[in-house]
Amino acid sequence: MSYTWNFDIVWGYRWILLSGTAVTIGLTIAVIVFGLVAGLVAAIAQLSRSPVLRWMSWAYIEMFRLTPLLVLLLWFYYALPIVTGIKLDALTASIVTLTLYGGSFYAEIIRGGIVSIDSGQSEAGMALGMTPARVMRRIVLPQAIKRMIPPLMNQSIIQFKNTSLVSVLAVPDLLYQGQVAAMDTYRALEVYTIVAAIYVVVLLPLTVVVKRAEKRLAQSN
Amino acid sequence: MSYRIEVTGLRKSFGTLTVLRDISLKVEPGQVVALIGPSGSGKSTLLRCLNLLVMPEGGQVRIGGDCFTFGGGSKMPGTKEQARFRSNTGMVFQHFNLFPHMTVVQNVMEGPVSVKGMPKREADAIARKLLAKVGLSDKVDVFPNKLSGGQKQRVAIARALAMEPEVMLFDEATSALDPELVGEVLGVMRDLAAEGMTMIIVTHEISFAREVADRVVFMRDGVIVEEGPAREVIDTPQQEATRTFLSHFHNRG
Repeated sequence: MSYTWNFDIVWGYRWILLSGTAVTIGLTIAVIVFGLVAGLVAAIAQLSRSPVLRWMSWAYIEMFRLTPLLVLLLWFYYALPIVTGIKLDALTASIVTLTLYGGSFYAEIIRGGIVSIDSGQSEAGMALGMTPARVMRRIVLPQAIKRMIPPLMNQSIIQFKNTSLVSVLAVPDLLYQGQVAAMDTYRALEVYTIVAAIYVVVLLPLTVVVKRAEKRLAQSN
Repeated sequence: MSYRIEVTGLRKSFGTLTVLRDISLKVEPGQVVALIGPSGSGKSTLLRCLNLLVMPEGGQVRIGGDCFTFGGGSKMPGTKEQARFRSNTGMVFQHFNLFPHMTVVQNVMEGPVSVKGMPKREADAIARKLLAKVGLSDKVDVFPNKLSGGQKQRVAIARALAMEPEVMLFDEATSALDPELVGEVLGVMRDLAAEGMTMIIVTHEISFAREVADRVVFMRDGVIVEEGPAREVIDTPQQEATRTFLSHFHNRG
């Protein structure tokens, strides 16, 4: 091991890496928000009385859960235009793919949280004269959401790391900018070490929040 | 329409298991009816059919002016109609089923506010009055997990009363309680009966049924075996099945 580390060169790329970090964070926020909406819709469809809705939602969830994210990204970017004629730019394809991918995992968490609430709670709400929709909104969801929060946050942390895959579509995220810097400087070791460190630094506070949420939940029940 | 509750030819089965066979029952306003019988006799299912938590397959249920006919090609009531029907009956469950994410007073306010659209301030006043009535004025702002079983059940009774129902249904309301807490819940139920509330009580508390109920209905295997004035049925049962069932309780006084 006679490699001499030189982090000074990387300092010159700080703005590029920073802009990559901003893209990664922005992308993560977008796919978490859209993914939660997709997940909620799929979870409610899973619990609906209509077999068609249940089947459609099941097909969606399994298709996305069981396909590697990298394959999905490439498919949405390269194959979708050929199959459907819809051409998505790299960023849009990334957001759509990560949203649907994350949504399939969120759906299972949300569904699990809802069915974990004792059926006596719904019965008590119904007995008061609430409609099923109101029971869901006033009685079941407020309790279920509390249970869903820790696993949803864990899944979102995974989503944050998943966004690094969009670099294969040349979306200028943190990893992509790192690749640019690495190629420019021939200092791949330094650059990728810094990139890895940035992912950790951004996620560390989030994991603390998750831990705390889990502890609070354990206490309140 | 001299009866408050009128059940005619009620039928229900779960898969191949028939739980209710052609049940008919009439309850006058202000009457207290105790449903007794061994487990699996269908008494809880009958009670749950009365507020549609279980959908009957045939027959007719009328509570007050609200009447539904089931089976024989009659249309199933929609979710809104069901909800309106249920709001006219108060139900108290064996396991209380209080809403754990709401305080005691919020539990009691929930029905009036979210079903009737009552202003919060008004509902709050009603809830506090009802909680005082069940002896829990000092617990209005705590969460249910801080209450004993007996206190929880009294909150559940107040919550059901807040909807000002025409009838109250009790589904083994004291079966999940520690023996020393049964009395406080039965006391609240006794007061309600004395005020003239129409009640159907599924219970294993035979002496309470004898004391408080006007009529006792003994069920077994989905049919009503015997019914009549409470003291008559309990002290001098006419049917062998009733005698056998009651003999399990006599040594308990």
